[in-house]
Amino acid sequence: MSYTEFLAEHGPRLLDGTLVTAAQFFLATALAIAVALVMGLMKLSDNWLLKGVSVVYIEIFRGTSLLVQLYWIFFVLPLFGVTLEKFTAGFVAVGMNLGAYGAELVRGGILAVPKGQWEAAYSLSMSPARRMWRIILPQALLNMLPAWGNLLIELLKGTALVALISVADLMFEARQVNSATYLSAQTFGTALIIYYVFSRFLITPFMRWLELVMRRKMGRA
Amino acid sequence: MEDLSRFPLRLEGPDAPMVRFDHVTKRYGDLVVLEDFCLDVAEGEMVTVIGPSGSGKTTVLRILMLERIQEGVIYVDGAPISHMEKKGRLVPASERYLRRAREPIGMCFQHFNLFPHMTAIQNCMEGPVQVLGLSRQDARERAEELLEMVGMIEKKDEHPSRLSGGQQQRVAIARALAMRPKVMLFDEVTSALDPEVIGEVTEVIRKLVHEHRLTMLMVTHQMGFAADISDRVCFFYGGRIEEQGTPEELFGNPQKERTQQFLSAVKSAG
Ligand SMILES: Nc1ncnc2c1ncn2[C@@H]1O[C@H](COP(=O)(O)OP(=O)(O)O)[C@@H](O)[C@H]1O
Ligand SMILES: [Mg+2]
Repeated sequence: MSYTEFLAEHGPRLLDGTLVTAAQFFLATALAIAVALVMGLMKLSDNWLLKGVSVVYIEIFRGTSLLVQLYWIFFVLPLFGVTLEKFTAGFVAVGMNLGAYGAELVRGGILAVPKGQWEAAYSLSMSPARRMWRIILPQALLNMLPAWGNLLIELLKGTALVALISVADLMFEARQVNSATYLSAQTFGTALIIYYVFSRFLITPFMRWLELVMRRKMGRA
Repeated sequence: MEDLSRFPLRLEGPDAPMVRFDHVTKRYGDLVVLEDFCLDVAEGEMVTVIGPSGSGKTTVLRILMLERIQEGVIYVDGAPISHMEKKGRLVPASERYLRRAREPIGMCFQHFNLFPHMTAIQNCMEGPVQVLGLSRQDARERAEELLEMVGMIEKKDEHPSRLSGGQQQRVAIARALAMRPKVMLFDEVTSALDPEVIGEVTEVIRKLVHEHRLTMLMVTHQMGFAADISDRVCFFYGGRIEEQGTPEELFGNPQKERTQQFLSAVKSAG
């Protein structure tokens, strides 16, 4: 069986899987950004309770494996009455995990904004929320964009684990095709290429473009 | 707990100063920077602060705008800003009160601190729109007027990264003025500038002195400029005002030895 024939026969399945992977990626990314923002800001808070919650959250999600977290969310939470569908459990686990890493990026990005910016905003009598939202975060965002590019690639790789709770993503479909055909090289070779193209030809250029746009908005490009 | 009962709740009457530092102590940890510091600045007065590095000049401005004090009370425009009134007594100001109380103050910094993600005019509109609640149209008109005044109207749509230091500082002055402050603070606003652009910034400040009835407190190393435009010059040494007077008195006939030493050191340095 030639590779063309292989693709003609199994390509559609792998394509379906790719679409599920893409969906997992976008949903997990949205969640990771939200979690990162909330936890990153909480960690910078003066309120010890908020700070404590974020420290514990970040520690747990960075200190244990994503796979274990995924199993927890899918198999253990139902024991506490929280049942998530496998598709949901998949991106929630990935998003919460990468969000913990993102929180550190948010924190670092904010701390890297020069003190003079806080002082200038304060001297215009801006409220803490306005100061953060209008002055500090836009600059922090530019500081942390390159690191987010790497994080999103990690996130994409992380989504491959959702196959282990039977979400029909690219990895899941690849394993199905493999066990039906035993054409491991073709199957996993194709999956490898798809993941690579996704990160290097979609995520990386998009993040570069975003950075350029942001820089231009700052008159720096 | 400090006994605050000797401090008035408000400063009233025709003689009330625009700014009063009333027996103020400022410490950083164990380091006492200002102790029992007193200074009045009258409405419309231009007071310049000079003195050696580390003598506490910046700190005097920062406790008005940015930092808390440990003892004493600071008043601006009659009201305490370091403290607030509660049941007829002064208590330390809450964050919210502090921010409101500082609204009549504007500050310009040595390193300009313009917002890099906004154009010159956006920098000047930010405070009026976000804090004062002006409509964008009104804020734009106000910003254009001020940018015109500081000679930056042609560059109003440029980002700070495209402006020279002198141009950035002029925008920063316009940004502070857009809040219609009663008191302006200038902390060595020309120290980070190349010599050839210092003049364009001092010209703007000169204009403010002559055309507006702003109360100003300015830290500077430019003795000639200070002599030209100040109503009063304070020489700082070790966190205290060692000597003060009119520019003629202080520069022409300094009484204290430390003042004489400082002025001659500055003069010989060029
Ligand atoms: N944030 C700070 N923490 C600790 N010490 C400070 C801080 N800011 C200023 N100081 C100290 O306070 C003193 C006065 O500083 P400053 O007011 O900046 O002096 P000047 O502006 O006259 O050069 C200096 O000894 C300085 O080291
Ligand atoms: Mg200083």
